[in-house]
Amino acid sequence: MESSDSTERTEITTLDRIGPKCRCHVVGVRASGALRKRVLAMGMVPGVEVETLQSAPLGDPTEYRVKGYCLSLRRAEARLIEVVQGDEP
Amino acid sequence: MTKQIRIALAGNPNVGKTTLFNAITGARQHVGNWPGVTVEKKTGRVSHNGYEIEVVDLPGTYSLTAYSADEVVARDFILEEKPDVVVQVVDATNMERNLYLTTQLSELRSPVVIALNMADMAEARGDAIDRDRLSAFLEMPVVRTVGTRKDGISSLLDAVIEEAETSPHHEHTIGYGDDAERMIASLVGVLETDQSLAARYPLRWLAVKLLEGDEDVLARIQEGPAAGRVQNILSSIDTDGYEATMADKRYEAIAAILPQVRTVNTRSMNSSDIIDRVVTDRYLGIPIFLALMWGAFELTFTVASPFVTAIDTAIAWLAEAVAGSIEPAWLASLLGDGIIGGVGAVLVFIPNIFILFLILSILEDTGYLARAAFVMDRPMHALGLPGKSFIPMLIGFGCNVPAIMATRTIEGEKDRLLTILINPFISCSARLPVYVLFAGAFFGQQAAGGVVFFLYVLGIVVAIASAKLFRSTILPGESSPFIMEMPPYRIPTALTSLIHMWDKGSMYIRKAGTIILFGAVVVWVLASFPYGVEYGSAESLAGSLGHLIEPLVAPLGFDWKVSVALIFGFLAKEIVVGSLGVLYGTGEESLSSALLADPNLSAATALALMVFVLIYTPCLATLGVIKKETGSWKWTGFSVAYGLIAAWILAFIVGHLAGIFSGGM
Repeated sequence: MESSDSTERTEITTLDRIGPKCRCHVVGVRASGALRKRVLAMGMVPGVEVETLQSAPLGDPTEYRVKGYCLSLRRAEARLIEVVQGDEP
Repeated sequence: MTKQIRIALAGNPNVGKTTLFNAITGARQHVGNWPGVTVEKKTGRVSHNGYEIEVVDLPGTYSLTAYSADEVVARDFILEEKPDVVVQVVDATNMERNLYLTTQLSELRSPVVIALNMADMAEARGDAIDRDRLSAFLEMPVVRTVGTRKDGISSLLDAVIEEAETSPHHEHTIGYGDDAERMIASLVGVLETDQSLAARYPLRWLAVKLLEGDEDVLARIQEGPAAGRVQNILSSIDTDGYEATMADKRYEAIAAILPQVRTVNTRSMNSSDIIDRVVTDRYLGIPIFLALMWGAFELTFTVASPFVTAIDTAIAWLAEAVAGSIEPAWLASLLGDGIIGGVGAVLVFIPNIFILFLILSILEDTGYLARAAFVMDRPMHALGLPGKSFIPMLIGFGCNVPAIMATRTIEGEKDRLLTILINPFISCSARLPVYVLFAGAFFGQQAAGGVVFFLYVLGIVVAIASAKLFRSTILPGESSPFIMEMPPYRIPTALTSLIHMWDKGSMYIRKAGTIILFGAVVVWVLASFPYGVEYGSAESLAGSLGHLIEPLVAPLGFDWKVSVALIFGFLAKEIVVGSLGVLYGTGEESLSSALLADPNLSAATALALMVFVLIYTPCLATLGVIKKETGSWKWTGFSVAYGLIAAWILAFIVGHLAGIFSGGM
């Protein structure tokens, strides 16, 4: 993250840029069509808290915890999910 | 008199739905396909308190949008077939996301009963769920079940029967907020003008789906009188925005209920997380995966090997017994070489298929298969394939038949088709005898191993190159997005694994078996006619066909004998060896010296032939499963045509290059 600690909490970034073991909140989903339907159905809705768990051995995909279960996304899909870092939305 | 009711089993994937289905119906079940799609359809029956209940297992879905064939199948069944009751299997340890489907089921106006499954696991980790309050909030019965121990089945069926006998049903709907509700109301107003639509579907549900931009629903109203005004309303709004708002509202409604009905025991880390850390570890992840795959491969092929040999021996003995005892000779040959040989060609794969699907079922039910796809997604994605296609590719080295059947776990239809089409290029074990014969005869002890290795690598290269080619031509587009649940690790139940194994095995016999048997009889006719010729000799139809296609393969250096052997190799690739034995009149023992002595054959030709056998048409059994799994003769035919053309080109190149280096073909 290039941003300083003070601005980080309110700055909108994307889920793929959130480091492991960090929490963030979803503020928007930029995907469209079928992909959008799936992402929303899996609980990646605005306001939800997401925790980054771990990445696969070759760095992609990454496992997240959302809505009390574990979900894995490729970097390409995570890039479409807008988030703000931190415990509060 | 017994009363009939029909129920549908709905639920998210990985909630123990299949286990519960097995617990309810036991052995009284039937497996087929939903019409028009390659989605498995399971139905079963159970008698309870004087009711005969038909249970239809819907595909596992997270939602009821038109995201995938699975979702469309599930919601069409509920909408069109109108089951008396829909039972939603809910994972008690993962209620928030599971109830998202519930919010959509209730909009379909079908009576719903919730089976709160895996209740024991939720209790074991200290969660307390107030089922009565949950039932009151959802306005539907909630029954505690543990599918693995068959707990709660009887109470579930009681609730189902009671629900089926209750009418009318109270509709439980979610409020989507003022703005969305205004849009829904105006859409419902327009839709009401379409009488036939209003009679068939819940209008509020249609309006909600239209607002979400659901193209399948839009297509349904296209022909009706309301289409124009609906289009007018939709063109003025942003359906993407509504879709997100409505998903959010559904989750909001769930979030409002849950704290009132459930107390969660918060833990920092559970055993599932710890196992996950290890199996997806940066250094250990891939070695663990490879070790498990090696184990699966070994079990599938070495454990099955004595059974395969036994079936082979039994079939051969039976064929011989028939040939020796039945008159006239042509009938003995039809029964012995044609029918029994054909049935043998079907049965010989059964041990592999049973063991492989037992293993895959265990890997899937424990939750490891999702981790395997997670670990392998990156390298496979680089090749244009999904992570889940690794397992079918690996199994292909043993046999392409179970390998292609194993593509069922791949979700995207294009990804699955791609994996099926490239699988035959993975060199299966039946091709090895051909390599051993020719490499041994023409390249000697020292070089033979290298030649065989070259062929295996060539197969992989052709598979990958074909994947790239198909992606940019006939199956365009990116591979499917990867949005996969990582289910918690669980202990599989023996019943579920065994039923899965039996389903796959019997499905293979019924669906692929008939095609294979038919093909075997056709080949028998070619080998036995005109009447009186020696089976598979130069004078038979196959022999004439060999002469006929000789000019086509002459540029590769193949003569008519090789052509005939290649025709028989269509039955199963190892038959190339036996067929050459017949044509050279030597049997298989002294065949290699006969081949060496043939002036038409050189080392370069032998290499071209091995390349050709590697790549040309998938064998009959493989084609049988390609037809079954793609549901299309077009793709089956494509597989044959593409294989033949690719084989010809590569055999030509390899043969001529080898000829240049060794001094003439």
